[in-house]
Amino acid sequence: MKFAVIQFPGSNCDFDLLWAIRDVMGAEAEFVWHDEKSLAGFDGVLIPGGFSYGDYLRCGAIASFANIMPEIKRLAKEGKPVFGTCNGFQILVESGLLPGVLIRNEGLKFVSKWQALKVENNQSNFTTEYAKDALINLPIAHGEGQYVADEAQLAELKANGQIIFTYADENPNGSVENIAGIVNKEGNVLGMMPHPERAMEELLGGADGVDLFASVLKNFVGK
Amino acid sequence: MTLEMSPEQIQESKIYREWGLTDEEYLKIKDEILDGRLPNFTETGMYAVMWSEHCCYKNSKPVLKKFPTTGPQVLMGPGEGAGVVDIGDDLAVVFKAESHNHPSYVEPYEGAATGSGGIIRDIFSMGARPIAILDSLRFGPIDNGKTRHIVDQVTAGIAGYGNCIGIPTVGGEVAFDESYAGNPLVNVMCVGLIEHKHIQKGQAKGVGNSIFYVGAKTGRDGIHGASFASKEFGSGSETQRSAVQVGDPFMEKLLLEACIEVIQNHGDILVGIQDMGAAGLVSSTSEMASKAGSGLRLNLDNVPQRETEMIPYEMMLSESQERMVLCVKKGHEQEIIDLFKKYDLDAVNIGQVTDDGFYTLYHKGEMVAHVPVDSLAEDAPTYYREAKVPERIQKFTDSEKYLPEITDSAVSEIFKKLLAQPTIASKKSIYETYDSRVMTNTVVAPGSDSAVLRVRGTNKALAMTTDCNARYLYLDPEKGGAIAVAEAARNIVASGGKPLAITDCLNFGNPEKPEQFWELTTAADGISRSCLALDTPVISGNVSLYNETNGSAILPTPMIGMVGLIENVKNITTQEFKKAGDLIVLVGQTFDDFSGSELQKMLIGEISGRIDFDLETEKINQDFVLKAITDGLVSSAHDLAEGGLAIALAESAFANGLGVDVKVDITNAQLFSETQGRFILSISPENQATFEKLLTESSVSGEVIGKVTDSGILEMNELSISTDEAVSIYEGALPALMK
Repeated sequence: MKFAVIQFPGSNCDFDLLWAIRDVMGAEAEFVWHDEKSLAGFDGVLIPGGFSYGDYLRCGAIASFANIMPEIKRLAKEGKPVFGTCNGFQILVESGLLPGVLIRNEGLKFVSKWQALKVENNQSNFTTEYAKDALINLPIAHGEGQYVADEAQLAELKANGQIIFTYADENPNGSVENIAGIVNKEGNVLGMMPHPERAMEELLGGADGVDLFASVLKNFVGK
Repeated sequence: MTLEMSPEQIQESKIYREWGLTDEEYLKIKDEILDGRLPNFTETGMYAVMWSEHCCYKNSKPVLKKFPTTGPQVLMGPGEGAGVVDIGDDLAVVFKAESHNHPSYVEPYEGAATGSGGIIRDIFSMGARPIAILDSLRFGPIDNGKTRHIVDQVTAGIAGYGNCIGIPTVGGEVAFDESYAGNPLVNVMCVGLIEHKHIQKGQAKGVGNSIFYVGAKTGRDGIHGASFASKEFGSGSETQRSAVQVGDPFMEKLLLEACIEVIQNHGDILVGIQDMGAAGLVSSTSEMASKAGSGLRLNLDNVPQRETEMIPYEMMLSESQERMVLCVKKGHEQEIIDLFKKYDLDAVNIGQVTDDGFYTLYHKGEMVAHVPVDSLAEDAPTYYREAKVPERIQKFTDSEKYLPEITDSAVSEIFKKLLAQPTIASKKSIYETYDSRVMTNTVVAPGSDSAVLRVRGTNKALAMTTDCNARYLYLDPEKGGAIAVAEAARNIVASGGKPLAITDCLNFGNPEKPEQFWELTTAADGISRSCLALDTPVISGNVSLYNETNGSAILPTPMIGMVGLIENVKNITTQEFKKAGDLIVLVGQTFDDFSGSELQKMLIGEISGRIDFDLETEKINQDFVLKAITDGLVSSAHDLAEGGLAIALAESAFANGLGVDVKVDITNAQLFSETQGRFILSISPENQATFEKLLTESSVSGEVIGKVTDSGILEMNELSISTDEAVSIYEGALPALMK
């Protein structure tokens, strides 16, 4: 499987994501500049965190109109894995690939720390390597991570098992239903505020992110 | 638009005084440099900023000469954008700190943000990729809305810039004192990593080579920022907003990536690179030419402008942010333009290198400045200021050391109060707004003695810290300066690192006042003494003088930023106790050192008395601790600082919710003594014999004073408190004060 790590102007977790998938997991991966118009030859898309376009206008709003976006949508439609963390999640929401919106943290401050999470659904193609109801720790680092959705959307997310991760212990940003990460109905697009790519080595404080990428590599092969 | 005065009007009106030039300096320019010609408006403005203390160190140069700046590890010392230190494997660490004090009082968010932006540019102008930011902040007491606003906005500015550009803010320190109420200190340090072959110089050489302006457009912001930083603050200063710049971290992120791409992939066509910092275009370009012994000819019509009708004076002096200057080999201009285009950035050819030694500017077809390059960058006068011992110093050195008495029944209450002092209490509510893990190198994040980052592709790691206890300097600038360096080194050693070198921000008052100049020059003596003893040369730094508001100066505050090398990641040591049953060792002897202590300040509301510092013991103790760590004998290590042994033990117990059972032969008050050169270590019982053998061999004073427990209670002699209660006081204090 070959992954495209998309670089927008202002992406700043791009190297981290490439490191995680290529150097730690051993998968094939390359940077793709936002201005490119083709993702031919790629089997999956990883959208990094950061401040694409300076977060001007609204987080992820400008990126959702980038030249590369139609290709990301094509891969998503074809059932290929599309993953966005932090600003990547905001971009997926802004571009309509995931429901709901992300607004400013309830406490109005940027929050950066290790965060306990619960794996709500370990049957998704992104989470099969986690145990059922597993409690994991991943770093969070965001100012606008409060997930909001209307009641109908929430009901649908729940009915389809689309809520993948929730905040355990405490809710750091006021997200509805403690939601930290969701997939689309088809289960091949995952957006989450926490950073699994920062939790790949015990040296850096924890490796709970590895199982997420391992799940992707296992479940999407040949899809 | 601004109207230009004629040369005669300048001479007549003495407008240059308002820009910071003295009559003598003006005459020197006219008579000695321009052979009697009156400098025009643009030229006078350029001299005013280039000859400001901020740009040319005219008052502090004789002081800076005292610092040891060389050593086998130093690849590049002071003089370039930042210093460079070898760490082996063909890699080097690049670091520097800078102050942004005055702007941060006038406009706290932008002042702090642009302080970060400026120091980051200094690092990547050397060719290095910035990998970490640290800060060192000083505020007035948090008992009023104004200070709370400044604290909130300064930390938000540092967070806002670092988080967006994607460089982790990994450490720092914050302290509070009345003297900073009208003059907060905002010092930011940036650390970068570089392969030896990519090290750059800020030079413009080779006749005909092109001078490129890259990055953001020039506006009227920050004009005379350098002069603004070189004056005392008066009550009218809050209206000087035009001297404060506005930052755009997104723009800087693009500029960073573009410049790194030029350096790494097009190094053959790049002659020199420098950031446009204080005094903007004039400072960067004239310094580049002066360093190379060249001249420059610039066409200001090509300078990208954000506002209309800008005059040369404004373009040259503007401190608009996120701009750099490149010197590019003739014939390769298009490569540079194309590369910056990818990032939607301006890259404009604004002139050429000449060999006439003159700095010549054209605007709308007319020559608007023509002065010798060196006269701007090199020929500023140096002042040997008068130094006079302040009265208080004699009083302190003649007096007895402060000696409090604490009864058995009072000791626990005093401990609780100390935990809640803003300078001691947890800074979590601040550092949790900093992204400390982006770039995935952070092994030890804020909250321990030093931050630690691994160095990819090696087994090495870098430890880094910022430090300064200004109260000691207030009592004795020499010993206080020496202590500041020693304490920084103690932090590095406690994390398993060997101290490599330092950078500094010398924050002092008005050097034209003899007492305050004495503080500066005497502190430099102390810093030098420790740097020599601990083998940590000064490789870069910054001077911030005139830190006074309405005639009252700050405590002398030379912030020390230090980087150390951890040879193997397995030696990385943190301050928290790991498990119950481990033995607690106190390294170093405890004496009655309460002058300038947190305890003294809390009990009597002021600081006074004589201080002692034994640098020799400090060095021996540090060497021992580093050896014990590298021998694998140590589970945790923490340096003793404000609040002494009791506070250090508590901080080590907090992270894992453990308790301690400590019996040590010292007085109740001595639990809070701040004797230097001390550490607490925890060791596994099975290492005790080997450890004690090493202790004896090293002639170090140290003893097992108790053990780590799982009782959840902190017991130290007569002091007793539950860990939970202590944690809640420690973590709750600052958020409560900020409400």
